[in-house]
Amino acid sequence: MKLELRGIRKVFGTFVANDDIDLVVEPGEIHALLGENGAGKSTLMNVLYGLYRPDGGEILLDGAPASFSGPGDAMAAGIGMVHQHFMLVPVFTVAENVVLGHEPTAGGMLDLAAARRLVREISERFGFELDPDAVVEDLPVGAQQRVEIIKALSRKAEVLVLDEPTAVLTPHETDELMAIMRQLQAEGTSIVFITHKLREVKAVADRITVIRRGRVVGSADPSADQTELASLMVGRSVALELDKAPAAPGDVALEVSGLTVADAAGVQLLDDVSFEVRRGEILGVAGVQGNGQTELSEALLGLQAQVRGSIRLDGRELVGCTTKQILDAGVGFVPEDRTHDALVGDFTVAENLVLDQYDRAPFGSRIALRLAAIRANATRRVEEFDVRTSSIEQSVGSLSGGNQQKVVMARALGRDLSLFIASQPTRGVDVGSIEFLHRRIIAERDKGTPVVIVSTELDEISQLSDRIAVMYRGRILGIVPGDEDRDVLGLMMAGYTAEAAREAVAGGARTTDTQLADEGEIA
Amino acid sequence: MSTAVAPQPPVADDTVIERTVLADRSRSWWHLPATLTVLALAAMVFFGLRAKAGASTTFGLAEKAALNPGKIIPETVTVPTGPATIVLTALCLAIAAFFWWAQWANVALRPLVRIGLLALFALLWVLGFLTWASAGSETMSIGSLLQTTIVLAVPLAFGAQAGVLSERSGVINMAIEGQLLFGAFGAALVSSLVGGALGPWAGLVAAPLMALVIGALLALFAVGYQVQQIIVGVVLNVFAVGLTSFFFGTVMRQNPERFNTASVLPHWRIPILADLPVIGRVLFDQNILVYLMWIIVAALTVAMFRTRWGLRVRAVGEHPRAADTVGIDVNRTRWTNVLLGSAVAGLGGATLTIGTNVAFGEDMSAGKGYIALAAMILGRYHPAGALAAALLFAFADATQLKLSAVSAGGGGIPSDVLLMLPYIVTLFAVAGVVGRVRVPAADGVPYVKQ
Repeated sequence: MKLELRGIRKVFGTFVANDDIDLVVEPGEIHALLGENGAGKSTLMNVLYGLYRPDGGEILLDGAPASFSGPGDAMAAGIGMVHQHFMLVPVFTVAENVVLGHEPTAGGMLDLAAARRLVREISERFGFELDPDAVVEDLPVGAQQRVEIIKALSRKAEVLVLDEPTAVLTPHETDELMAIMRQLQAEGTSIVFITHKLREVKAVADRITVIRRGRVVGSADPSADQTELASLMVGRSVALELDKAPAAPGDVALEVSGLTVADAAGVQLLDDVSFEVRRGEILGVAGVQGNGQTELSEALLGLQAQVRGSIRLDGRELVGCTTKQILDAGVGFVPEDRTHDALVGDFTVAENLVLDQYDRAPFGSRIALRLAAIRANATRRVEEFDVRTSSIEQSVGSLSGGNQQKVVMARALGRDLSLFIASQPTRGVDVGSIEFLHRRIIAERDKGTPVVIVSTELDEISQLSDRIAVMYRGRILGIVPGDEDRDVLGLMMAGYTAEAAREAVAGGARTTDTQLADEGEIA
Repeated sequence: MSTAVAPQPPVADDTVIERTVLADRSRSWWHLPATLTVLALAAMVFFGLRAKAGASTTFGLAEKAALNPGKIIPETVTVPTGPATIVLTALCLAIAAFFWWAQWANVALRPLVRIGLLALFALLWVLGFLTWASAGSETMSIGSLLQTTIVLAVPLAFGAQAGVLSERSGVINMAIEGQLLFGAFGAALVSSLVGGALGPWAGLVAAPLMALVIGALLALFAVGYQVQQIIVGVVLNVFAVGLTSFFFGTVMRQNPERFNTASVLPHWRIPILADLPVIGRVLFDQNILVYLMWIIVAALTVAMFRTRWGLRVRAVGEHPRAADTVGIDVNRTRWTNVLLGSAVAGLGGATLTIGTNVAFGEDMSAGKGYIALAAMILGRYHPAGALAAALLFAFADATQLKLSAVSAGGGGIPSDVLLMLPYIVTLFAVAGVVGRVRVPAADGVPYVKQ
């Protein structure tokens, strides 16, 4: 099916998310939609999928205009979508999720046997090993994504939209996904592949359309140069590599040993985690989302209830301390979810900048806030971190994601630290700001602070870390040097130990993007 | 473009993740066995050792008229109070000891075994209590205890089913109380207006229709205008009390013959089965509302877990956006379910008036809606579970009523203390036995389309 979008426009309030966008996807084509976070890619696809109603423009399927009042219409017209945040009911089985909305029935009852057959049939076609009766929340993320794909295919989708499908995958799983995409393409399905990762685009796409600030700024062939694509995407030339001086590690400052964390039901989330971090050193914690990194960073800050083992900072035991005591000990913390855990959206920028220090000098005493000091601090930090805000009295919720992240980072780095922990320090931040925030983290390291960075972006980990700990299902599989081979890291994220991963790479196991790099196609 | 094949990772990708449970005991491992031990010991000391020497307790089992060939089931059983209670509580202690061992050794009991043992403990404990409390007095008839239980359980069960319907689709139904009250009011009013033998039947139709008013208001504010659902529910309850009290105080009291006479639905006796000893009357000689309750629970259990409708309702309650992306109209589903639920609760209200031959009284639901809500949660949002919980609460209440009638004899417990019994049972059941209940993930969260 040929899909054509003409002059699509979508406005939220005064914000123009999509401005006169044209896009043509030929039958059996893998069409990449490349753009930064917030460029308007997902909005465009939600318009296509009937979730948003466009304010202008039209959608044509095989040349005939179509209009969708809801996702049901879009699906009936042959459009399938795999959302970035999976649209799966966690407590349902695979089969139940796949048939939801078009359930087979027999005699008025749900025909689950038919649903299971459907899942098996499609699984076999693509070589998945999905158990139709597995409960979705018990499946690894990669398998959940395959459930989403089966869901779309079971509705006879001819155009499949994949929204940031690789964000949650290991490099190995990413390769598998690309193989699936090619297989689908061979069967005649058109694919719209939304991403901001240049490597993947070059590996799999037939055509590339680049979107910036809600407009199409150009289209390219996959043969285009990577830095060229990057500058098209960002709007100026960017340095993709970070210069940093080698670390000068001092004494051991943070010593974690035998750390075990369980949830309220006693299910183990962290399993006997041990590592140490020296002064003036960055330890990167890598891994696919949901392998215990969140729990690790929260345990370090005293936010987890059931903790066993020991966390010693400068000789002082932190397990059993309250979060306040840990903050008082000089720990700076950037949580992974800034809107939920880091900021109070309705508070002003100035207030958010002192949320962890409001009750102590110089910002306040036991009974009162010192508003002048808070304002002075805000003015200084906003300038230092280049937070784009109309005033320090503006509510933080009205800032863009990147600027919100700068506020969080400015707060955490705004005092003398004995330890700096940052989870996803640059999530949702544009490339230019990433560079700036990375420099700040390096500067903190060079001041002699031990730094722990948790990130699911392998690029970020590789660029920042002096040593890398890879987490897999609640354990640390190994700690490797910061310049470790990407393929080794990728395999470790899939559950290989460091030795096994190195052996496999020496034996020729590569991921697509490192192969392309070797062939000189991407940087 | 060639893809080199990476070696198989150590775990297959699509397999279910086995989550390891912490190997050592949790910090609160002693809570359950300690509670059981204290309860059993207290029962043994107060009920058993301090029972009057030589006192005896008589339980009535089979009714005289019952179908009971060769008196297989005796009409009465008499036991010596003290020794019987001590034996029962000793068995309780044995169960407590078993839990000490299981928790200490960190043995993972199967949920059914665990719940079964706890239920057995409760049964033994309650029997011990009954033996002590009705010592020396007239016969404690088990049949009539169960009969009272059913009568009290029906409104709770209907209310709890209303909760299941509404909350499985993601709308918190705090307004069950108001729906019961409107149902009771509507049934009494219409039954009186129509009058005669047809009156109660008209009331049976009117009750769900009246309760629909509350349901529609709840849906309008909670689903339509996304108002905080607990607040809407509480406000609607107050509204229901206010409005029905107003009409009760003005219209009904002025002319009770015309607007508020007691009437009752006829009992339907199922031949032969109704003559079974002990349970015959309880199960097979009731009015249509009681039979309807069994039917609704069974139908709802099947519908919720075996049909297309149920799958969609549960999807809407768990992940409305996912339901929306496959073309399910989330808010319409919620509207339908809240309305259906309120109609069911209206039937529960009807049992308070035309089900039991009582005229409407001010605020006659008396907190039953909230107990029904507790029964729904205790029953883990499952129709059958909710029914079981409703029966449990009703049993506690029935015991309380029975004992305060006989308490002049046996135990001599002050009736005020007995009045607390249902609520103590509620507290223990909700806090201790059930543990964590999995709430539908989107319960109480309004769905806004972007």
